Amino acid sequence: MSVAADNPVLTSSLLYLDGVSVSFDGYKALRELSLVLAPGEMRAIIGPNGAGKTTMMDIITGKTRADSGDIYFAGSHDLSHLDEAAIAELGVGRKFQKPTVFESHTVDDNILLALKAPRSAIATLFGRQPANERERIDRILETTRLKDHRARLAADLSHGQKQWLEIGMLLAQDPKLLLVDEPVAGMTDAETAQTAELLREIARDHSVVVVEHDMAFVRDLGVKVTVLHEGSVLAEGALDEVSADPRVIEVYLGR
Amino acid sequence: MIGTEMTQRLLDRNGLVFVGLLLAAAILVPLLALVAPAGSLLHMPPYVVALIGKYLCFALLALSLDLVWGYCGILSLGHGAFFALGGYAMGMYLMRQIGSRGVYANPDLPDFMVFLNWKSLPLTWWGFSSFPYAAVMALLAPGLLAFAFGWFAFRSRVTGVYLSIITQAMTYALQLAFFRNDMGFGGNNGLTDFKDILGFNVQAESTRLALFSLSALALIAGYLIARGIVTSKFGKVVIAIRDAESRTRFLGYRVETYKIVVFTVSAMMAGVAGALYVPQVGIINPGEFAPINSIEAVIWVSVGGRGTLAGAALGALLVNFAKTWFTDALPELWLFALGLLFIVVTVFMPKGILGLLDSMKPLRSPPVIASPTEAKQ
Amino acid sequence: MKKITHWRRHWSRALTIMLTLCCAGPAFADALDDAVAHFSADKFPQTQQAIDEIVASGAPTAPAILEALANNRLLFDPDEQKVYFSDENDNLYDLRTGEKATVESPDDLKKVRLNNAVRGTLQAAQGAMTLMAPDPAKRMASAREIFKSHEPLALPQIEAVLAAEKSPDVKAALSDARAAIIATTPDAPDASRLEAIDRLKARGDQDSQGMLAGIAASAQGQVKAAASAAAASVQARLALWSNVQNIFYGLSLGSVLLLAAIGLAITFGVMGVINMAHGEMVMLGAYTTFVTQQAIAAWRPGMADYSLLIAVPLAFIVTGAVGIAIERSIIRFLYGRPLETLLATFGLSLILQQAVRTLFGANNRQVSAPAFMAGSFDFGGLAITSGRLWIIVFALVVFILLQLVLRATSFGLRVRAVTQNRRMASSMGIDTNRIDALAFGLGSGIAGMAGVALSQIDNVSPNLGQSYIIDSFLVVVFGGVGNLWGTLVAALTLGIANKLLEPLIGAVLGKIAMLVFIILFIQKRPRGLFALKGRAVEA
Repeated sequence: MSVAADNPVLTSSLLYLDGVSVSFDGYKALRELSLVLAPGEMRAIIGPNGAGKTTMMDIITGKTRADSGDIYFAGSHDLSHLDEAAIAELGVGRKFQKPTVFESHTVDDNILLALKAPRSAIATLFGRQPANERERIDRILETTRLKDHRARLAADLSHGQKQWLEIGMLLAQDPKLLLVDEPVAGMTDAETAQTAELLREIARDHSVVVVEHDMAFVRDLGVKVTVLHEGSVLAEGALDEVSADPRVIEVYLGR
Repeated sequence: MIGTEMTQRLLDRNGLVFVGLLLAAAILVPLLALVAPAGSLLHMPPYVVALIGKYLCFALLALSLDLVWGYCGILSLGHGAFFALGGYAMGMYLMRQIGSRGVYANPDLPDFMVFLNWKSLPLTWWGFSSFPYAAVMALLAPGLLAFAFGWFAFRSRVTGVYLSIITQAMTYALQLAFFRNDMGFGGNNGLTDFKDILGFNVQAESTRLALFSLSALALIAGYLIARGIVTSKFGKVVIAIRDAESRTRFLGYRVETYKIVVFTVSAMMAGVAGALYVPQVGIINPGEFAPINSIEAVIWVSVGGRGTLAGAALGALLVNFAKTWFTDALPELWLFALGLLFIVVTVFMPKGILGLLDSMKPLRSPPVIASPTEAKQ
Repeated sequence: MKKITHWRRHWSRALTIMLTLCCAGPAFADALDDAVAHFSADKFPQTQQAIDEIVASGAPTAPAILEALANNRLLFDPDEQKVYFSDENDNLYDLRTGEKATVESPDDLKKVRLNNAVRGTLQAAQGAMTLMAPDPAKRMASAREIFKSHEPLALPQIEAVLAAEKSPDVKAALSDARAAIIATTPDAPDASRLEAIDRLKARGDQDSQGMLAGIAASAQGQVKAAASAAAASVQARLALWSNVQNIFYGLSLGSVLLLAAIGLAITFGVMGVINMAHGEMVMLGAYTTFVTQQAIAAWRPGMADYSLLIAVPLAFIVTGAVGIAIERSIIRFLYGRPLETLLATFGLSLILQQAVRTLFGANNRQVSAPAFMAGSFDFGGLAITSGRLWIIVFALVVFILLQLVLRATSFGLRVRAVTQNRRMASSMGIDTNRIDALAFGLGSGIAGMAGVALSQIDNVSPNLGQSYIIDSFLVVVFGGVGNLWGTLVAALTLGIANKLLEPLIGAVLGKIAMLVFIILFIQKRPRGLFALKGRAVEA
């Protein structure tokens, strides 16, 4: 807490990573990674394979523990000792690279499970359905263009629809921060454009971190870009700025 | 009263048939035995009543296993342990009821303790002369074991085959422990030579008929409870855990809590099944803990169709009928048949009989619970 | 026992001949006559004196006379003071001449009686006499005998032969026996007793410990102090050896676990296939051994000692082929569905068990051990059974071979490639189906080889495999899936821990404790001792 009180950057930021390192059997996935995200900000993270993008998300969401470094959320919450469920409850949502939805549930039920509501076993076992639940689900299905598919099983959706369903589930969760891992991988151009629009819409009232390979897509988003390389930040700024950076060019094109 | 909405939730078409048949059996079998003369077609011979009563207990065990495996993806290879613990709780009550009618006519100690030269009843046997206490223990003992096991296993995120292997090791360890005389549960021979239950002779036909009806009613109750669980939002979370465990975590659900709850409830159901089983077969011994019993229960569920509850119970009945028939007519072929059943069902009929029936009626809307996708495990 | 009675009968026949031949020897005759005369007194002390004097006479017939005495075949005529011995058919012979004797009233003859004290003296005397036997093994046995009885009577004899003894082993045994006698003789001088106590302490076995403890209890002063110190030191050393012995047993159990688990380390650990029929592969290997032995006994009985050597490759081929057949017919349809694989292979295990039961019957089959695996030997304070030792060696050899196959052959390279990245391996032209089948065959074949070894220490029955399956899985999981070294360490650790626990809490509780320990361990480290870490394993 004292760290939070003394540090103006920390108190004003939504997500604050400082000097985070992780290694797996001697392989350093993250080295001294530092990143600050302001409330309401949307940030794109790019970097070659093995740069540590997914590991970074694992660290933030509690899937992997950092060996060292500070991870704070919304000013005062130390994430480094919380598990996935607790971090999710604090308001961090995550979309996986490979779309993961509940295949044997209907689209409706997928959204229902994600909807912000008490998560305890007792609440789900004996709780009553809130009155506005239907409307909230309807609104989200509208946004993600899945209203016509609401009774279908998630398993029967197309790849793109599954991606949207997952984004819809994130919306239902209503998190303060969304972590989105390669949302347009495997999508058609039309789907990609629609997804970019969807994310911009979401970014109006949420902070978003997008990890993406697709440069055209990142350009479409038009937000600040962070370039990761070998587990730490190589460059940060507007896309044109960083793509002019000689170090970035070397990492992407050189050697 | 339960509202119509609730009734619809708990009883789908399969469920209506299932509960209806069981209810009919629970009422008609004893009724006809009282009315129809012995020897007539309507009067079921006592050994058939005993046999089916036994199968109904197995069906409840299968149902409890389906709850954890079919819906939560936890393949327990140790559910026989919970069944056996429930059985031992009942067996201990029945032992205490023998009183001084044992071979050694000792009013305070069961025969095997006299034989072992024990002077007083061990603490573990305290209270077992009371039926309510024994009944509570038949729920609590398996429930506590499941809770403790789940507490450790699920919190440290042991999943998939690892979990299956350690559940198997658990029941194996219990089997070894119960074999020991100094555990105070009758060692190798277990508990047997029961005389009466709640004052009724366990051998009497009327008692057997009552136990039969009770088993059928317990199966109905187990089915309704399980349906209640799986059709609630809690149940949806449980299915979500089966389909994509880490997704569920990232949505903020405490997966371990859900698993512990389901596992414990399921273990208690298995315990009830065991408690009803023991007075009907007249014996409980460490053999009930044998790993193969638990695995056989898994195949019942597979055959009937996992994730269907009624199917699991149906599978238990069918496989056990087959077993009885085979071991009587072609004893040396039974293990071949059982082995083949394992292979055929898992390779060719992953959804079991109910799944097969459902897929033969393509016009019907898909069931709430579709194919469990375990590839993600 | 049979051997001994036979030997005795042999001796009594030899006795007749020897007596007939040698009794003429006049040099010993007088001394022997005087000695034998004591028997007629029919008193125990006199009989003991007779024995002493017979030994002292050095007569060549002395061993035979003592043997007859031990067998209750020495009789005397109380009136005439003549001594006879009888053979099995109750024929009487004159002890001095060795000639057949006729006695008017044989019923008047009395047997020379023995009591425990006399028997002790007699045994020691016989021991002392064999000290001069030409066969070193006999001299050795006799020296050990005397060590155990530490009968003071034998001392002069030992002193007599000690200097002349050529074999160093026998000489050491004789010195030990001498030390045992001197140390336990209260009226021996303190200095020599102390020296003897030192020697016993150096010997340091259970017998020495007993003697030293006895001396410590009865002696006084310096000797008492030295003896009790020595007893304590021997006690400590024995405790150490007993631990070492337990560790050896543990190694032996661990190597059995390793053998059972190592095939599973391939199929489960490397390929990720849950093969519940793995134990049945072991069982098939054991039955292959049985069939091989039967075939050799029927057609080439001379090669019986090599039957195990022949069975090893045969078992590998048979179970390997069965493994490949299983992989092609069942398991390949179930890749990526571990729980289904578990169930299907469990069904398979039932079928294999029943098939073997139908073919060979439900009873245990006898598999005999070749000569080189029979027997045991001592190593320091350790008793080592050859069979157990060979199984340890075999387990390690199999482990090393498997490592070599996986590390140093192109097949091993392909297996590793396929298991690490199936799609990549496939696009590089590796026939992944073939590799899957062969790798599964390899794991199964190794299980079969394990079966050959286990047929030596376990009952060859259709249930053989079942007793190993849970243990094998626990070993692989405990060691860390996908890590052969982990399997080795886990097997040996569990084996040794189990045997060290056993004397403390008993075999069954020990087993339960191990199971509970592993269950708890897996909670703590779900991926075992030597886990692969990182993102790759989560995928």
